[in-house]
Amino acid sequence: MRALQYTVRVSEAEAVTPRVRRLRLVAADGTALPPVSAGAHTVVSIDTGERVIRNAYSLTAPSLSGGAYEIAVLRTPESRGGSAFIHERLREGDSLTLSAPANFFPVNRRARHHVLVAGGIGITPIAAMAEEIFRLGASFELHYAVRSAHDGAFCRELAARFGGRLHLYCGERQERLQVQAVLPNQPLGTHLYVCGPERMIEAVLADARAAGWPNANLHAERFVAPAGGEPFSLFLRRSQRSVTVGADESVLEAIERIGVEAPHLCRGGACGECITAVSHADGTLDHRDHFLSAAERDAGEHVMICVSRLKGRELVLDL
Amino acid sequence: MSEVKSRPKWGRLAVVPEAAAHLVCAEGVGLDAVAEAFGDHDAAQAAATVLLAGPTTAAQAGLTGTRVLSHPSRATAFTAFHAHLDRAKMGTAIYLAGSESFLNAASAIAEAHGVVREALQGEHRGARTRRVQCVHCKGIMEAVAVSPIVCSHCGVHLMVRDHYSRRLGAFMGVVVDAEAPGVLPQALRL
Ligand code: FES
Repeated sequence: MRALQYTVRVSEAEAVTPRVRRLRLVAADGTALPPVSAGAHTVVSIDTGERVIRNAYSLTAPSLSGGAYEIAVLRTPESRGGSAFIHERLREGDSLTLSAPANFFPVNRRARHHVLVAGGIGITPIAAMAEEIFRLGASFELHYAVRSAHDGAFCRELAARFGGRLHLYCGERQERLQVQAVLPNQPLGTHLYVCGPERMIEAVLADARAAGWPNANLHAERFVAPAGGEPFSLFLRRSQRSVTVGADESVLEAIERIGVEAPHLCRGGACGECITAVSHADGTLDHRDHFLSAAERDAGEHVMICVSRLKGRELVLDL
Repeated sequence: MSEVKSRPKWGRLAVVPEAAAHLVCAEGVGLDAVAEAFGDHDAAQAAATVLLAGPTTAAQAGLTGTRVLSHPSRATAFTAFHAHLDRAKMGTAIYLAGSESFLNAASAIAEAHGVVREALQGEHRGARTRRVQCVHCKGIMEAVAVSPIVCSHCGVHLMVRDHYSRRLGAFMGVVVDAEAPGVLPQALRL
């Protein structure tokens, strides 16, 4: 089973901040890419020459009307090579492969008001949502925390487009985004969306719950980039194949390296698509996803292979 | 019991402890459910407003800390409910209690104000009557307690189905004796 893929060409590559590179992507065959809803992401396959890395990126506001797609890629020190490759080696005119966009973080169209909260590169889906809500003519406010005005992607564009609806918080100027100050006095039927560093997401959601906001009104985008760990052996029971999961690759990537296909969508521990039954684990499962409940994690019967790993010797999967 | 997907399910009211305010819309004996849920929660009682369709009942004795506003009819209670929802802030928990048709109508109002279904609590109390639409003449009948019935608009014999339309807030009544006119199944309470 192969999901729909697009071959695209990089038509523009531009540094929007010292650490963020914007890519504009057009279909290699010249056709128009279909419009997307705000909050959608795509999985980009990056062939570094040594291996293929697949990373999920949110589609930014210019993608909404279709034609071309845009992503904004943060250079992360803990990158496994994907973002470093995009920053250092990718050139205008180069080709990439994209998965068809999927959206786990859509705007609720029935909301009376939208509170959008972004930290750092978390602005990518949030700015697309602001644009979509703005075009719908609905009520919203955008809170964006950055290290410095210089370091925050799209600060100037957002201020120009959204004016007083943008609230910018510069860490450098000791401005702190205090969500407790934002939560009171929001009209009933308000929805809150947050994307940013994990700690920020947890703090915002905790504050909102403590203020009596129902879970149904709270939305978080929390892709986690698969981070590395100690290598371990993997055995696929049904296909009778074994492979070593390297220090800087995920279980899913190791499986794909030996040509076995496993279902996946977000590759970031959020969608649940890659859930896989564990036949045996010689070691401790290191769950890093946001999909399994605490009870499911403890049961140890399933693992999300796009981000989670084993701390131990060998993992046997029902694949 | 009929088990139909499109029929809304209601549970038991439980106070949301984190909520900063509580807005309740209840009808008649629905107030009993409110008193049971809020009985032990002094702080929640003080932060609650109850809009009641119909006169207050003995249950009000269990809600000493709460503002209970009694309205002469469902329509006036709903007018007040609209106004309160308009002014309500996030952090207000919404509760409904009463008959099925009351719950259906009140939840439609709450949802129109942007309250998410999952965040809305309702408890069914009182008579198990249904609001029924005759699928043939589209006439609506309130408080139908038995099936089959005669359509009060076009006169055909209708079986009250479990099929519920959330759009109309009514159950479907379908002709029952098309094959053999006048041959009716035994009437049952809904
Ligand atoms: S692919 Fe989405 S959770 Fe793994």
